[in-house]
Amino acid sequence: MTDTPRDVLITGIGLVSSLGEGIGTHLDFFARGPGLQPNIKSEGYAPYFVHGLPPIDWSRQIPKKGDQRQMETWQKLGTYSAGLALEDAGIPMDEAVRGEIDMIVAAGGGERDAAVDAMVMERARGANDVGAVINETLSTELRPTLFLAQLSNLLAGNISIVHKVTGSSRTFMGEEAAGISALYSARARIASGQSEICLVGGAFSAERKDLILNFDLAELMLKDEWRPVFARSGDHQGIAIGSVGAFLVLESPEHAARRAARAYAKLVSATGDRGRRERERTERRFAELLADVSQAGDDILVLSGATGLGDLVDIERSVLAERLPNAPVRAYGTMLGHSFEAQMPAGVALAAGALARRSAIPPFDSGEERPAESAPRHVVVTSIGHLHGEGVCHLEAIEGAGS
Amino acid sequence: MSTSDTDFLGRPIIAVTGVGIVSSLGKGVETNWEALTSGRSGIHRIDRFSTEGLRTTISGSVDFMGEMGETSTGLSYAMAEAAGSEAIRMAGLDDEDFGAPLFLAAPPVEMEWQHRLKLDAMDGSAIDAAGYDRLLQIARKHPDPSIYHLTQCSRISELLADRLGTRGLPITLSTACASGASAIQLGVEAIRRGETDRAITIGTDGSITQESLIRFSLLSALSTNNAVPEKASKPFSKDRDGFVMAEGAGALVLESLASAKARGATIHGLILGCGERADDFHRTRSKPDGSPIIAAIKAGLADAGLSPEGIDYINAHGTSTPENDRMEATGLAAVFGEQLKQTPISSNKSMIGHTLTAAGAIEAVFSILSLKEGILPPTINHDTPDPAIELDVVPNTARRQEIGTVLSNSFGFGGQNACLVLGRAPGA
Repeated sequence: MTDTPRDVLITGIGLVSSLGEGIGTHLDFFARGPGLQPNIKSEGYAPYFVHGLPPIDWSRQIPKKGDQRQMETWQKLGTYSAGLALEDAGIPMDEAVRGEIDMIVAAGGGERDAAVDAMVMERARGANDVGAVINETLSTELRPTLFLAQLSNLLAGNISIVHKVTGSSRTFMGEEAAGISALYSARARIASGQSEICLVGGAFSAERKDLILNFDLAELMLKDEWRPVFARSGDHQGIAIGSVGAFLVLESPEHAARRAARAYAKLVSATGDRGRRERERTERRFAELLADVSQAGDDILVLSGATGLGDLVDIERSVLAERLPNAPVRAYGTMLGHSFEAQMPAGVALAAGALARRSAIPPFDSGEERPAESAPRHVVVTSIGHLHGEGVCHLEAIEGAGS
Repeated sequence: MSTSDTDFLGRPIIAVTGVGIVSSLGKGVETNWEALTSGRSGIHRIDRFSTEGLRTTISGSVDFMGEMGETSTGLSYAMAEAAGSEAIRMAGLDDEDFGAPLFLAAPPVEMEWQHRLKLDAMDGSAIDAAGYDRLLQIARKHPDPSIYHLTQCSRISELLADRLGTRGLPITLSTACASGASAIQLGVEAIRRGETDRAITIGTDGSITQESLIRFSLLSALSTNNAVPEKASKPFSKDRDGFVMAEGAGALVLESLASAKARGATIHGLILGCGERADDFHRTRSKPDGSPIIAAIKAGLADAGLSPEGIDYINAHGTSTPENDRMEATGLAAVFGEQLKQTPISSNKSMIGHTLTAAGAIEAVFSILSLKEGILPPTINHDTPDPAIELDVVPNTARRQEIGTVLSNSFGFGGQNACLVLGRAPGA
């Protein structure tokens, strides 16, 4: 433990989305804006919108086919992104080194075998003993390994197996809040001296009808007509989900200096809260999370992880307009889709990349977002969870850095 | 804070000022402790759903929580609420306004079969073929947020946060069968960082369904000793053949010793240290040399500032699977050496089964009670010792023995290993 909180540096980024893989690919793409089009699959998913994955050569980060077979897509996406982050941080594949790295993963899980589920429903129709039908069908049709391939903490388990990260392994669950808490906990442990280096992030696989079903039972999905996140309201609001794997390497300055690692940015704070969602209460909580950021001065960019749910978008934008009136705002869900557990890690990844590059990000939606006059020195990443949980991360540029 | 309130590294000492429990043995600390120390089993035949055609037909399910027990999410919440409010009240605090953070170990949740089948039976789809395309059309015609709520992994912590009046964003975590211990570790770390004077940590698991039972069954993890349910869980016995799935919740109010003393709270025990280490060998099996388990135990001892000689009793993970019990004994032998034979070790799972996500929390509560009452719960069903495992497992009957420290082990799928070191309250 140290008495004075230490800085927390971001020294590695692994980002995969519908736009491609690698933080550089994402920033290069954004630099070509404004007027960019997201990569949306609607075929097979109409009336919904899904930001699906581009082709990925999994073996680049998950060399063994046997390991790949043990994972469903979200585990592969997370394991792959975690590998990218470790590689990007320049951490060698040396068990002695990786065995000292802590890990916090924000995970969902529960991927289904849609064909088996359909079979159970088909056979259960009109059956006298539905329970027996479920038992017989699941016992004979479920792949024994599917349980592990979809179990929440097995994303972390696979990262341990494939990338040899074994210092500690903690999986946080609970949609957007899981990603917020993962960053909060990793940052707090390093700042206080409880940890030196931590791999933190999450993954979300959007190409899942079972999951769309869960959300649309509560009428949360964007349907029929796609619009950018900040343009969603009234009958044209909702979530367009996106596949994202986002991992970061967080590190103490001492640890980073010892191995001569370069840092993208400082993670100054990562905070979260929750409570009842009446408008005034939500506004107050969100404003409170922004309190320390409001002192940061000019050159602030806001990367908003807004969901696309109209009321929440409205609350977030009104508080931002009051607290950070000069800051340009970008809703990155417009380009990446919404990725729940991975939403905050993805925003922090983009923020760290943009700060290291000293580049402004052109608007994703010229109608609602205004151009930035200069490159940011601070980035505020927000995530107001679709149902509950609100979080804010604050990143600051490293003095004298830049490329 | 005086020096007597800090540990050997100058960190705040962590006191346990309240505990709560639900298990298949019943609801509440008193009921559970009485049954556990009497060597009573909570394992029974399953009647929650049809077991026709299943290889395992027994469990330690909790069937007395009323209508909340109709879904996994509901049952997990109801048990967590019961254990959490019991712990907070025991700590002498307001169980509707706890005013500090919540760390929750909870099972991953997803849509249940009852809801898929209910949706499939509705009108509203032009597609006759069973499957998600049909269900999506039906959902658009008949939205039902109540089903959606049950599929959200943050649901349980949200309900608890409102019910118990916790502060901040609760953390819901899953480190498989080590989850309950990991939740305690998160609470300990937060108090050591000085972020809060106290925290409530809860482990809960109410996820026995047909599908979850079948999943473990397909991995050959479960006991098929169905004939006499209460005899099925036999940790460290030669004829052990798998674990028995069970449900329950355990809760602890953690508090800095300084804060507990300042408000005159009764201190039931201490959390002296926590250790963890992930395994990179296999998704369900431990590294054959036991090195991650050994490292986790050593890390726990080091965090507590103790050597193996300083441990008086071990609350085993002891699942009753052939692999776990052998690896646990191997790991302990490597750390404790000759000392191990003189250190009693027992498995609560012989009586309550394996409560999965909740196990680490429930067993930490039982460890605190062992320290406080000077009674070691037995390992029941220990009729045929495994000659390859030389341990004093406190066979079959509880033992009266004053102890000052307990090591509590938790190991899980995905290479999760967590160990807690607990201690007797100062002056107790």
